[in-house]
Amino acid sequence: MALLQISEPDLSTAPHQHRLAVGIDLGTTNSLVATVRNGISVVLNDENGRAMLPSVVRYAADSSVTVGEAAQIEQSVDPTNTIISVKRFMGRGLKDVGDTSRLPYRFVDTDGMLQLRTVAGVKSPVEVSAEILKVLRMRAEAALGGELVGAVITVPAYFDDAQRQATKDAAKIAGLNVLRLLNEPTAAAIAYGLDNASEGVYAVYDLGGGTFDISILRLTRGVFEVLSANGDSALGGDDFDQRIHCWLLEKNDLSALNPQDTRLLLTQARAAKEQLTEHDRTRITAVLSSGELVDNVLTQDEFQSMSHNLIQRTLQPLRRALRDAKLSAADIKGVVMVGGATRMPQVQQAVGEFFGQIPLNNLDPDKVVALGAAIQANLLAGNRSGDEWLLLDVIPLSLGIETMGGLVEKIIPRNSTIPTARAQEFTTYKDGQTAMSIHVLQGERELVSDCRSLAKFELRGIPAMVAGAARIRVTFQVDADGLLNVSAREMGCGMEAAIVVKPSYGLSDAEITRMLQDSVQHAQDDMQARARQEQQTEANQLLEAVQHALVQDGELLDHQQRSRIEAQMTVLQGSLKTEDTLALKRAVNALNEATVSFAQARMDKSVAGVLTGKNISQLETK
Amino acid sequence: MRLRREFSSLKQSTGFDFQHNHFQLFGLAPSFQLDSAKLELQYRALQAQVHPDKSAHLGETEQRVAMQQSTLVNEAYQTLKSPIRRARYLLLLNGVDTQEETNTAMPVDFLMAQMEWREAVAETQQARDLNALEQLAARMKVETRALEAQLAVKIDTEQDYAAAAGLVRKLRFMEKLAEEIDAAYDVIDM
Repeated sequence: MALLQISEPDLSTAPHQHRLAVGIDLGTTNSLVATVRNGISVVLNDENGRAMLPSVVRYAADSSVTVGEAAQIEQSVDPTNTIISVKRFMGRGLKDVGDTSRLPYRFVDTDGMLQLRTVAGVKSPVEVSAEILKVLRMRAEAALGGELVGAVITVPAYFDDAQRQATKDAAKIAGLNVLRLLNEPTAAAIAYGLDNASEGVYAVYDLGGGTFDISILRLTRGVFEVLSANGDSALGGDDFDQRIHCWLLEKNDLSALNPQDTRLLLTQARAAKEQLTEHDRTRITAVLSSGELVDNVLTQDEFQSMSHNLIQRTLQPLRRALRDAKLSAADIKGVVMVGGATRMPQVQQAVGEFFGQIPLNNLDPDKVVALGAAIQANLLAGNRSGDEWLLLDVIPLSLGIETMGGLVEKIIPRNSTIPTARAQEFTTYKDGQTAMSIHVLQGERELVSDCRSLAKFELRGIPAMVAGAARIRVTFQVDADGLLNVSAREMGCGMEAAIVVKPSYGLSDAEITRMLQDSVQHAQDDMQARARQEQQTEANQLLEAVQHALVQDGELLDHQQRSRIEAQMTVLQGSLKTEDTLALKRAVNALNEATVSFAQARMDKSVAGVLTGKNISQLETK
Repeated sequence: MRLRREFSSLKQSTGFDFQHNHFQLFGLAPSFQLDSAKLELQYRALQAQVHPDKSAHLGETEQRVAMQQSTLVNEAYQTLKSPIRRARYLLLLNGVDTQEETNTAMPVDFLMAQMEWREAVAETQQARDLNALEQLAARMKVETRALEAQLAVKIDTEQDYAAAAGLVRKLRFMEKLAEEIDAAYDVIDM
């Protein structure tokens, strides 16, 4: 085909050096993908012009997966297989979720991270999240016209190690190279900071669909230094919906609704919450599956009083963050509002009163995290722009190990700037002891039972010695993603002790491998479908080009040549109607071959045309 | 130590010297009294070179080296920024162990004062008296500053490291007290 098309040599575009990278905000309610184009961070829309992808995944019996708006529309019809707010389950066990009776899912209680039984099989929250990430990856690759070098995925600043690891695993399964896990408030600060060229100490108040973060940052020329972070990884806009939902149940004397009705009322509750951002009152109507009618008017005042203590719950982490940064509210130069839930007037008011200033809402609170993540992704991918900046973030929760009596000894305190490492020495307490078990925890409380168990690991192969003689140095390294890695070494004989890590909530390597394989299988199916489509497009383009050439330069062919070409065209048209990709490819090749001399003849004619009217010297200088 | 060995093998290729002590790393004189503005400036300049974000687009080896270098810069900065850690580190460089775990011989009046402090913190916590707690925190800060001023004299002027070690042990008590005050804040704030 290429031979038939004669193009100007100068028009061919040189391969550009820009490395394609995106920022992804994997949200509880909505997810977004953004990239830096021509130096400006932009959110990438879907083919219908929508920026936000609802973080909703529906599994069907035939294993097909629907993600986003299409899944969201069906959530009331098929609540059990339509997973919403999956972020709340990342790196979490069943007992962390609390009251599951209000949730329409069939949970599988396992030792570690909870799982969901769907019509398409048991799914880990990591797999569900990977489905959302895949859709965003494909959206980005289609929009940018190439494969991504990598992505920055945002996580709530207050996410612990298990939640961060789960997010990174989801990205891996979605085929994304994770350049960095970036804290959401920090991403927002980048988007704001670079726009406003601000200096001073700022607070970022980020109330999302299911998580709350507060970060205190100091901005000096080109440096974003997080001084402290705090939050609640199980508090967000969803909880406000729940309050309205409970109010509806009470008002209408309802109890024990089926999953469909629960979902229906929650959807109506969310709509009511959004209405109350602009209006003083809103009417909530719904027809339950029993035929019962729900019809109530909710006023702004009622909503404020029922959600008062939710907002108070955000102020406590705020005070802690300030104390950790050794600052008071008066030291804060500006307060950046992030997350859709900060649109609620009562949130704006409470935060404004706390800091004694009007919060900043210049950038869309739904998009600012993705925009900042894209800016950071562009930098991390190695695309040099004029200005460079440095981001110094912290680990939000202390890391420690279990000691005698079920107590936790802190090894890396919260708000340590990452990357950071700490080494600790251990010894044996029995003669001849060759193994040792170490329990790693995360949290601020003193008791093991009040902290989050991250992993238990065993050191094996310690040389047999008298009690107390072996010296095992365990190094805790937290990387720039805020993820913990542990290594151990016997100091006496210099032997590297083997470590067997059992993550308390994470996935094992074997599970990740299986999920990757599943994902690759799907990807292969997708690839074959895409290959066929490309082949068809190519065939159609070739047929069109040959047809056009025959009309234009048909006189260059003798009768025999022409009929040979026409025969191959018929063969190709025939194989376009079949499913046989290989036959189609062969027919394309055959037609290409049959047109070689024709193309040559056209080339000669065309060149002759160009040369006409030019003298030798002009040709030489060219 | 494994990390240390990897560090030293890399120093030539990067111009970053893992053998340097924390003061040398930031180009500062090894003294207790410190130009904290210069420390901050140097810290940022060093992180701007070695932070893992600068090599996120490079290979695994470069990324691991960056993490180790950046970790060391953070560690050095945190050590020098905190007066008690800085003093402890200076004494270590001078071959003096502060014996914080083993040496429990404390002047009786200091121990008595500590007990009074702790009782006061417990009382304010029980009474949920935020004002009283803030006053305690302020008084404790004054006391801590006074000990730090003495440390500067003992280390920088008199080079009396044994006396300095005693002051570090006292500061360790104050540090624990500060942790208790923090915990009390959290309890009152619940």
